[in-house]
Order: sequence, then structure tokens, then C-alpha cells
Amino acid sequence: MSDGEPLVRWQWIGDHAGELADYTGVHLRLGLLPVLFGLIVSVPLGIACHRWRWLYAPVLTVTNILYSIPSLALFMIFVRYTGLTERTVMIPLTLYTLSVLVPNVVDGLASVPEPVRQAATALGFGPVRRVVQVELPIAVPVVIAGVRVAAVSSISLVAVGQLIGQGGLGYYITRGLQLDFPTPIVTAIVLIMLLALTTDALLVLAQRLLTPWSRNKVTSS
Amino acid sequence: MNDFLNQVRLVGDWLTSSQQWHGDDGIPHRLAEHLTYSGVSLLFAALIGLAFGLLVGHTGRGAFAVASVANLARAIPTFGLVVLVVTLAGLSTTPVLVALVALAIPPILINTFEGVRGVDPVTRDAARGVGMTEWEVLIRVEVPMSLPLILLGLRIAAIQVVATATVAAYPGLGGLGRFIVDGLSRNDYQLVIGGSAVVVLLALVVQIVFTALRRVVVSPGLRVSASRS
Repeated sequence: MSDGEPLVRWQWIGDHAGELADYTGVHLRLGLLPVLFGLIVSVPLGIACHRWRWLYAPVLTVTNILYSIPSLALFMIFVRYTGLTERTVMIPLTLYTLSVLVPNVVDGLASVPEPVRQAATALGFGPVRRVVQVELPIAVPVVIAGVRVAAVSSISLVAVGQLIGQGGLGYYITRGLQLDFPTPIVTAIVLIMLLALTTDALLVLAQRLLTPWSRNKVTSS
Repeated sequence: MNDFLNQVRLVGDWLTSSQQWHGDDGIPHRLAEHLTYSGVSLLFAALIGLAFGLLVGHTGRGAFAVASVANLARAIPTFGLVVLVVTLAGLSTTPVLVALVALAIPPILINTFEGVRGVDPVTRDAARGVGMTEWEVLIRVEVPMSLPLILLGLRIAAIQVVATATVAAYPGLGGLGRFIVDGLSRNDYQLVIGGSAVVVLLALVVQIVFTALRRVVVSPGLRVSASRS
């Protein structure tokens, strides 16, 4: 960086506001769709692990191994099959969310008090209806605690996707390095953190709305 | 399936060609760089994270600050931070290592804190009741009981450090990420996938080390309740 270059040139941000908004939208899509897909996989998988305990250990081993693989390497493995597309970023990010979401679904279901389970059975709920209408709603706070962690990590990881040309706001990180110009990098970091923290706050709000009965209790990650 | 076998063959050819095993751009040198970056930053992060985590967990003071730092830290795009550090400080190892340490502290800190805080107050009082000093309560009761969570924090930090050290190749550092980044810029797919394979292997080794560590250091009495990691 040349001497006298400020950390942030506000002028640049003003000039690029529209473009920044576009990349922000892309970034949100790349970061949040994997959480949604992860949830679609984790809820049935977590229910299965809760129902059949022997399944849980091997599932945890696999999700933990997937989580431990650095994103850059995982992106490259998928490039072969899905090309330099958004899918190549979203599939690994989806896999990462499983290591948080599956245990939280299982823990959430385990947090259902036994008397509640028995009361539901006594009222004539079958196993499927009991899970969907009684146990899952009670598990919501724990599940959302997992969704918060998954969403925040996912949003901050998207930037690495820029190395295959699909990084949302990560575009400004590589651009800043190429131009030896810190403003776009700082802007991207701040925007990504704002996206992550706003999403986190909205999820806390969603949890309050979804579980009105636990409004006075504080559940955090 | 055929394509998968082709990829495996490609990786195999790359791994077995002798040029990968010599010189500054060989696997041993890159792996040594990667392990040095990761090991040094994990060591410093562990010293700082454990010290503060134990302190805050034991005294209960600063709990809110610890939780906020951990939450905020998770939102930082590690790739962006590393690139910013190189843009501001130039291409040298130390500033990047400082960033790696900073990124690795929060998971260690929060898990150590949660572990110590989660120790049953009855157990803690019993320890005091049999005449242990505060220091003994911490070292002989709270630390052993929170080891599963402390190890979880260290493992998450290790995973993050190894991954961030990989992307640090993009702004020009060494380490295993070099193969991937150089392969991408030269359009050399074999280099990309070979490098990725070595990174995956390293991740597996990290995972195995922590699983083994858990078996060795965690008291058998705690294993049942700690099925999470």
C-alpha cells in the first residue's frame, strides 16, 4: 500500500453504493440458502438420530470430518462436478452447517420433557404427529441456537468462494488486493459482519415469535 | 464413478512424482510451513484463550464480554482479514500469524469459559469443603471436568487455523494453499486437486489427533455426558 493511503476512502463507497448493494444480495443468497438446505437435511436426520441412537455417533463423525475440511479444498473438489458456479460454493457450505445443526436438532428433541411426550401419547398423538406438532416446537429454541451459529459462520465463509469467482462481497477482497487499495477490503469485511450480525439478531427475533411461551427465558448459543 | 477414479489417479500421479518431494515448492516444505503457521498460532491462541477462559469461568466476571467477543468473532470473514493484513502490512509472515492468533482465541476462550462455568456448583462447593484452595479447585476440579469442552474449543480453533492458513496462500504466503492457488492461476487442475487432497489429509490428521487426545486426557467418568464433540 502506498504511503498516505487512508484505510477507507469514503468517496469510493459512495461511488459504488449500487454495485455494493448488488453484491450484498448475492452474498446473502450464497450464505443463507446453504443454511436452509442444511436445515432441510438436518431436521429429518436429527429426528432419525434421536429415534435410533446408534445412528448418531457415525453421523456425528461424518459431519465433523466434513466440517474440518478447509473450504478452499472442498470448493476445489466440487469444481470438477459443478464448475465455477454458485452451487460449488453452496454445497460445501451446506455440508458445514450439518455439524452444528444435526447435534442441535438432537439436543433440542432430547430437551423435550418426558411427561410432555407421554401426555401427547396419552392424548392420542401418533409417533409422527407427536414429533411434528409437539416435540419439534419445543425443540425450536435449541435448533435456532444452532441456526444462528450456522448462519453467521456461513455468511462469513462465503468470501472464500471468490477464489472460484463466486464469493459475493468477497469480490471486493480480491479486488482490493489486486489494486493494492484497502477501502474495498475494509468495506467488504464490515458489510459481511453487518450481514452476519443482522441475521443473528433477526433469528433471535424469529425465535421469540415462534416460541411465545418461552419469551421470558434467555436462550443463547 | 469413473471420473472419481480418474481424479484419484490424478492425485496419485501427482503425489508420487518426485518433483513434489523436493525443493521450496515440494510437499514437505509446504507442509512444514503450514504446520508452523498453524502450530505457532494455535499455541499462542491457546495460552491466551485458556488463561482468560479459566479466569472468567472461575470468577464469573466478564461473562457477557466473553460471549459478545465470541459472537462477534464468528462473523469476521477470515479470508478478508488475512488479505487486509497483507495489504496493510506487506507480505510478511508475522502480521498474518497475529491475525491467525486473534481468530483462534475466541473459540478456545468461549468453550473454556462455558466448560468451567458449567461445572456443578455443588461439586465446586464440595471441593472447597474438603479444604481445596481456589487454585486447587480450578486446576484439580474445574479443569478436568471441563476438558471435553476445552478440547472442543481447541479443535474448532485448530480447524479454523488450518483452513485460514490455506487461504493465506492467496495473498502470497506459503503453506499447502500454495498448490491450490498456483494451480488455479496456471490452470493446472492436477496441482489444484493434488494440493486439495493434501489439505484434506491434514484436516483428517487434525481430527484424529483430537479424537485420540480426548480418549487419553478426558476422565472416563465424564465420557457419558459429553457426547457432543
